Amino acid sequence: MKALMFGWEFPPHILGGLGTASYGLTQGMWQCGDMDITFVIPKPYGDEDRHFANIIGASQVPVAWRDVSRDYVEQRIGNVMNPDLYFALRDHIYADFNYMRTNDLGCIEFSGRYPDNLLEEINNYSIMAGVVARTIDCDIIHSHDWLTYPAGIHAKQVTGKPLVIHVHATDFDRSRGNVNPTVFNIELDGMHNADHIITVSDLTRRTVIEKYGIDPSKVTTVHNAVTPLSEELLNVQANKPKEKVVTFLGRITMQKGPEYFVEAAAKVLRLDKDVRFVMAGSGDMMNKMIDLAAERGIADRFHFPGFQKGKQVYEMLKASDVYIMPSVSEPFGISPLEAMQMGVPSIISKQSGCAEILTNVIKTDYWDIDAMADAIYSIITYPAMHAQLKEEGLAEVNQITWDKAGQKVINIYKQVLNR
Amino acid sequence: MKAISFIFQIHQPYRLKRYRFFDIGNDHYYYDDFANDDILTRIAQRSYIPACETLLRMVNDSQGKFRFAIAISGDALEQCEQYAPELIDLLKKLADTGKVEFLGTPYANSLASLADADEFMEQVKLHTAKIQALFGQTPKVMRNTELIYCDEIAPLIAELGFKGALTEGAKHVLGWKSPDYVYSAPTAPKLKLLLNNAKLSDDIARRFSDTNWDSYPLTADKYMDWVASTPADEQIINICLNMETFGELQPRETGIFQFLEALPRFAAERSIDFWTPSETVSKLKAVDVLPIGHPVSAVDDGRDVSAWLGNRLQHEAFEKLYSVAERIHLCDDRRLKMDWLYLQGADHFYYMSTKAFGDGAAAANFSPYGSPYEAFTNYMNVLADFIVRVEEQFPMSIENEELNSLLTTIRNQATELETLTKENSSLRRSLEQFNVEHNLRTGAEIPSEKKAAPAKKTATKKPAAKKAEPAAKKAEPVKKAAPAKKAAPKTKAEKIAKVEKALKK
Repeated sequence: MKALMFGWEFPPHILGGLGTASYGLTQGMWQCGDMDITFVIPKPYGDEDRHFANIIGASQVPVAWRDVSRDYVEQRIGNVMNPDLYFALRDHIYADFNYMRTNDLGCIEFSGRYPDNLLEEINNYSIMAGVVARTIDCDIIHSHDWLTYPAGIHAKQVTGKPLVIHVHATDFDRSRGNVNPTVFNIELDGMHNADHIITVSDLTRRTVIEKYGIDPSKVTTVHNAVTPLSEELLNVQANKPKEKVVTFLGRITMQKGPEYFVEAAAKVLRLDKDVRFVMAGSGDMMNKMIDLAAERGIADRFHFPGFQKGKQVYEMLKASDVYIMPSVSEPFGISPLEAMQMGVPSIISKQSGCAEILTNVIKTDYWDIDAMADAIYSIITYPAMHAQLKEEGLAEVNQITWDKAGQKVINIYKQVLNR
Repeated sequence: MKAISFIFQIHQPYRLKRYRFFDIGNDHYYYDDFANDDILTRIAQRSYIPACETLLRMVNDSQGKFRFAIAISGDALEQCEQYAPELIDLLKKLADTGKVEFLGTPYANSLASLADADEFMEQVKLHTAKIQALFGQTPKVMRNTELIYCDEIAPLIAELGFKGALTEGAKHVLGWKSPDYVYSAPTAPKLKLLLNNAKLSDDIARRFSDTNWDSYPLTADKYMDWVASTPADEQIINICLNMETFGELQPRETGIFQFLEALPRFAAERSIDFWTPSETVSKLKAVDVLPIGHPVSAVDDGRDVSAWLGNRLQHEAFEKLYSVAERIHLCDDRRLKMDWLYLQGADHFYYMSTKAFGDGAAAANFSPYGSPYEAFTNYMNVLADFIVRVEEQFPMSIENEELNSLLTTIRNQATELETLTKENSSLRRSLEQFNVEHNLRTGAEIPSEKKAAPAKKTATKKPAAKKAEPAAKKAEPVKKAAPAKKAAPKTKAEKIAKVEKALKK
């Protein structure tokens, strides 16, 4: 079966969980066999793992005809795209987009991030998708998250092939209810045009059904999974302070509930001074959190090391005794699973999608700072609690593999195609 | 001739309230009164009371042929006294029929038998005392918590004066043997073992209303057929049931009460008797010795103790709890002792079991907690506070043995005081005698000088009486009045000084 996927992030250059999930799922589907996947991302860097999917960079897809030689193409973009593909794509330009800002190869440049002109970039991505859809033969189209819904819809209109959209998050999660109407409309449009909707948790499924008014029979949950960590990452060296370390890793935004972590930390520190709290990440609430920690008088024990990437994440986890994710609304939340892989006991909010599939973690309501503080205290105080969560958690998380999720997605494809 | 022995168990734990770590050291009340009241009242109304009423009727209707045993824990009795006293009255009525035997059990339905022999024996004694006070019976047969039993426990049970013990007829210990005989314990030959017939018990407790069961619906007629069809020389069938089976686990509308009430009639048709466990013990001889090396219980398919002591959390909590056992035995703070009992309930450990995770039966373990981890955290917080209180009484810096000797010293103080007083009085007596003799020799000049001295009264009167014995008697009250032992040597020293003075003169 041939699938054309549109995504926004792809490891190793990722900004959030979307890239990790897209990567894992694609690889999991490939493991199930008989899948030919083309994955379109805005801007490849050339160091992506390509063995299980054919990766196309939107920044290398021509939308305006340029008379260029093969050698020139090879030299310009040879590291990320085969020149043959470039010329095949060039043959399928469907309108004159010379009025757009294009480069010497007739391509639109994408940042692949979340810039201020994000809506423009989304629109450009959908223009580019028309070329790809006309070039690449496929049975089904799969769009990851709202940024790529317009591209998916466009591809569906061009090819007449069914569209599956993958809801990794909704704007209700990101905004705690204060939905951006433009984003909402893009999401809604995607859901209406989709032949089937995959959500990453039952929590998200309910949001899709209740807030977007989608027919429940069209929405299926496929929980995310984790990719096994390499030996190198598992044995990463870290400097562990003599105190216990409690870690929060993620964007410091309203959605992630950072203030509840600070409040819980203050409760723990009132009784036990031998703990350090770490809020790693960046985000629009970071300064507010620094203020709050100072206000509670715990700034000497509460640290903000900033955004962590790649190996740093695992070093940080290695040095931690507790991982905490107090998200107010988390569609899934892969990070606690990663913490469990590193043998770190996790505390997650009941409002997280991953709470639906995990048992060897502590679950509290995001607002219940008493319960959260209690759980932190329990893990750092009672060795049996730490050991039990660590070992049982490891055993549990090793069972949550992407090939199982991939098989579910393939089954959905089959169901959609047979209809 | 065959007999059935029904054993009904009643137990409710003292459930703990939500106890956060910042309550440690601040809040010393641990129980969720609302939940305990609510659950006990509900189960009493739906199950215990109607079941006991039915049983009472059955005893009366059968002219005493129907008889059975009840094992009720101390925790349950206390909660009944508090929340459902009518149940206690009903149990008293049952006891008054003389056909109902009350069995021995550790007071707090605890796992003490697996941890601390002294504690186990103490709890059984406490329970026996409670049963005697309420129902005027002395338990003769032991039913340990959840039928937990192994060879090591047998001598303790025998030492406590029990004639028999009930346990689970677990397949892995019985092998080809049948549970329907009386056995004896290798470590306590006089102790008879009665074994629960797991199949026939579960037919009622678990399968009664299971419509997928091939024998559904179960009738009293059919059930007695099964009992009658067991081999002829298998004389006694022990059926251990949780009293909650009637009306709670098997709701009233399944017809469980009618089933129960019909049993004696169909038993009579097949000339099957009903015995209490002590009747079984006195009527039947042990056919064989049954060694049980590892503890068995009535719970789970494994019939072992892993439901309470299966994972790390449970072991940690268990060890922490019993690490203070010796200290508690030394102390006599009533509230501390009460908490000690309630915290030992096996249920607290059951809530921490992670075994149910696999088959998704977490809801079936009646846990008031969302997860075993929550159960552990809450329990450990309570335990931490409890241990703080124990430490306040006896600092942990003192070793148990040292503490013990210190406590012995304190306890012996009274006797020591008494001996010192006695010694003092005998010294005094000899001194007075000496004085008298001295006075006789030197005339009566000295006594007047002694007026300022503390022991003057006796001294002044003595010359007049001129008799040593009455004088000594009078002296006694004065000495008794001396409050502390320190006073005694002081007066002694003074006296010796005076005697010396007198001698010089």
